[in-house]
Amino acid sequence: MSTGALLPNSFPFVMSTSLNTWSDALSELYLFGLPFGLIIIAAIPLVFIALYALTYGVYGERKISAFMQDRLGPMEVGKWGILQTLADILKLLQKEDIVNKSADKFLFVIGPGILFVGAFLAFAVLPFGPAFIGADLNVGLFYAIGIVALEVVGILAAGWGSNNKWALYGAIRSVAQIVSYEIPAAIAILCGAMMAGTLSMQQFNLLQQGEYGFLHFFLFQNPIAWLPFIIYFIASLAETNRAPFDIPEAESELVAGYFTEYTGMKFAVIFLAEYGSMFMVSAIISIVFLGGWNSPLPNIGPLSLNDWTTGPVWGAFWIVMKGFFFIFVQMWLRWTLPRLRVDQLMHLCWKVLTPFAFVAFVLIAVWEVYVK
Amino acid sequence: MQELGKAEHKSVRVTPKSENRVVIEKDLSSEEMILNMGPQHPSTHGVLRLECKTDGEVVIEAEPYLGYLHRCFEKHAEMVDYPGIVPFVDRMDYLASMNNDFAFCITVEKLLDVEIPRRVEFMRVIVAEINRIASHLVAIGTYAIDLGAFTPFLFCFRDREHMLNLLEWTSGARMLYNYILIGGIAYDFPKGFKQRTAEFVKYFRPKALELQKLLTENEIFVKRTKGVGMMPADVAVNYGWSGPMLRGSGVDWDLRKEDAYSIYPELDFKVCVPDGRFSNIGDCLSRHLVRAMEMEESLNIIEQCLEMMPEEDGFDPKAAIPKRIRPKAGEVYGRAENPRGELGFYIQSDGKSTRPLRCKARSSCFVNLSAMKELSHGQLIPDLVSIIGSIDIVLGEVDR
Repeated sequence: MSTGALLPNSFPFVMSTSLNTWSDALSELYLFGLPFGLIIIAAIPLVFIALYALTYGVYGERKISAFMQDRLGPMEVGKWGILQTLADILKLLQKEDIVNKSADKFLFVIGPGILFVGAFLAFAVLPFGPAFIGADLNVGLFYAIGIVALEVVGILAAGWGSNNKWALYGAIRSVAQIVSYEIPAAIAILCGAMMAGTLSMQQFNLLQQGEYGFLHFFLFQNPIAWLPFIIYFIASLAETNRAPFDIPEAESELVAGYFTEYTGMKFAVIFLAEYGSMFMVSAIISIVFLGGWNSPLPNIGPLSLNDWTTGPVWGAFWIVMKGFFFIFVQMWLRWTLPRLRVDQLMHLCWKVLTPFAFVAFVLIAVWEVYVK
Repeated sequence: MQELGKAEHKSVRVTPKSENRVVIEKDLSSEEMILNMGPQHPSTHGVLRLECKTDGEVVIEAEPYLGYLHRCFEKHAEMVDYPGIVPFVDRMDYLASMNNDFAFCITVEKLLDVEIPRRVEFMRVIVAEINRIASHLVAIGTYAIDLGAFTPFLFCFRDREHMLNLLEWTSGARMLYNYILIGGIAYDFPKGFKQRTAEFVKYFRPKALELQKLLTENEIFVKRTKGVGMMPADVAVNYGWSGPMLRGSGVDWDLRKEDAYSIYPELDFKVCVPDGRFSNIGDCLSRHLVRAMEMEESLNIIEQCLEMMPEEDGFDPKAAIPKRIRPKAGEVYGRAENPRGELGFYIQSDGKSTRPLRCKARSSCFVNLSAMKELSHGQLIPDLVSIIGSIDIVLGEVDR
């Protein structure tokens, strides 16, 4: 899986020979005639999702919300409640796995599966640093947007299969919301793709590499880039059903939305998928606009901060941290804002975000063609 | 063109004449869906059940079904003597027990002709107003949670905790106080209570402002509440609304002013009616605003009472309580301004018994809730949640 062939000849930077070395080496690892390395490559994002959902997603969110709400959060299980998530998982594992008598059993069971697969498959094109990527596709970004949309099928299956009116409302709202918000999100991402001239995730990162750190990021390379950046961030909130767009699972209206009827591990899998896609959209926004695994620190004279903080491990650190930062902002919004109404949500999407996304698209196109 | 449009419109209905035109429509049954909301639902504030006829997300009709928390208050009241009714009254509107006690006690006192010590009157007003703020905080907090804002709810409960501590300190109970008695009050304020209450008033003012910035001025919150659940003043009066609900519709009506019971006429406070600059008069936002403003007014009342309250050493708050409460024959209707509106008691006494012949409670929430059908017609489900939240029902009082 060599990336050299994918790069155009006029590539502006010196091609780092160490790109994707770890994942390439892993993919060639065979044990007993089995492609053992490929399994490891697939397992790494899975382990990452699980670990991050456990630590940052559940425990972190509870502690962050507690901090914002003037309370302590989980304090009982372990020191400062750090084992709380573990206790939650044990509880969920013990729970009876109930399938409604009147539910459509096939759809009910397959729903969370599709949801999780949709969220998880996107991680294939997510570069965890310069040396590791599951598959450096030349249409990586397109693939990521497309495969995340698969979640809609899972949500609809879960909501319809539950045979519960509230779940159905949640599913229908969710599908309408995700399908609508994909348009401004995709146009905003397209703006980034125009600036880069590529759809490959690794090339996005390479193009934003440079000794001045954050100044090379696309957000600061173009005077209009902040507009698609904000549009994509808002749209990504809606796509992952986070507040203030958590309308599909609005607990005070629809109890829990499309997963009202789920118990035990199926419920946990739905949550895992949600946290997975939360990180995915955060990673996409940091790759497209904020340099992905590149260090934001600039070289200042003799202090070559950028050089010191560049490398495979540093790359992984930066992309995870950038993703976590956006997840933190998502949590921050969730614990601050009330929820929009369904029609207001659609109004925001079709009458505000989409026109502005088009405006940004045209302006960036003009800038890229005539000014730059 | 217009002709064509009309014909199109007609074809939606499946009639024998247009049979050949709408073949697809025949297979698709497009009737309304009955959606059962409650009694176990997070935003029905207890065990209210609404049977909603919905067309998509639009609620055509919402019929409230009550009685899931019925505890036979009126029958119980006939079975126990007058002081024994007070704990039952506590459990009606469990978020404003002091105010309930207050309303019941002034009703019985009307039949009794007892002289209430002046200090007791002030104590009653102080605890009732503290409880009014606590109750409004729950109303505002749960309203925020109905609209999806979690943090204001916890801020409200954090501040309410201070009030519950104050009331627990003086009455011994956190929620169901049994503190205001017929002809008196159970215990004198403990030493330092006045100072602690003054400190609380000082603490709470900036917190109320913080709440206003976080919730009331939030654009999404305003979007969700402004113009939703409109109730014109005349319809509100016809439904018998009272309290913040009626004032939200722009009617200047507060029993503390109208009836001037207890020492309220001596106090300087204003009736909170929204002026229509920030909200449309009669919508959910107005009702929310009334509650927010009333908290400020209650703080003013508490401050004044603390200043004006006569100090007496070795004061016995139970001195005026009659040994045996046996009112003269007759009937009486007494009412007081509760956080949720007018709470009235109709009591009939035969003059011989220590128990009332009949005791009827006029519940404010029950009357306010009766307009649900009118309010919910043609609203979206999220707006229905918003409307229920703005009515601020306590099912304990609705069902009694």
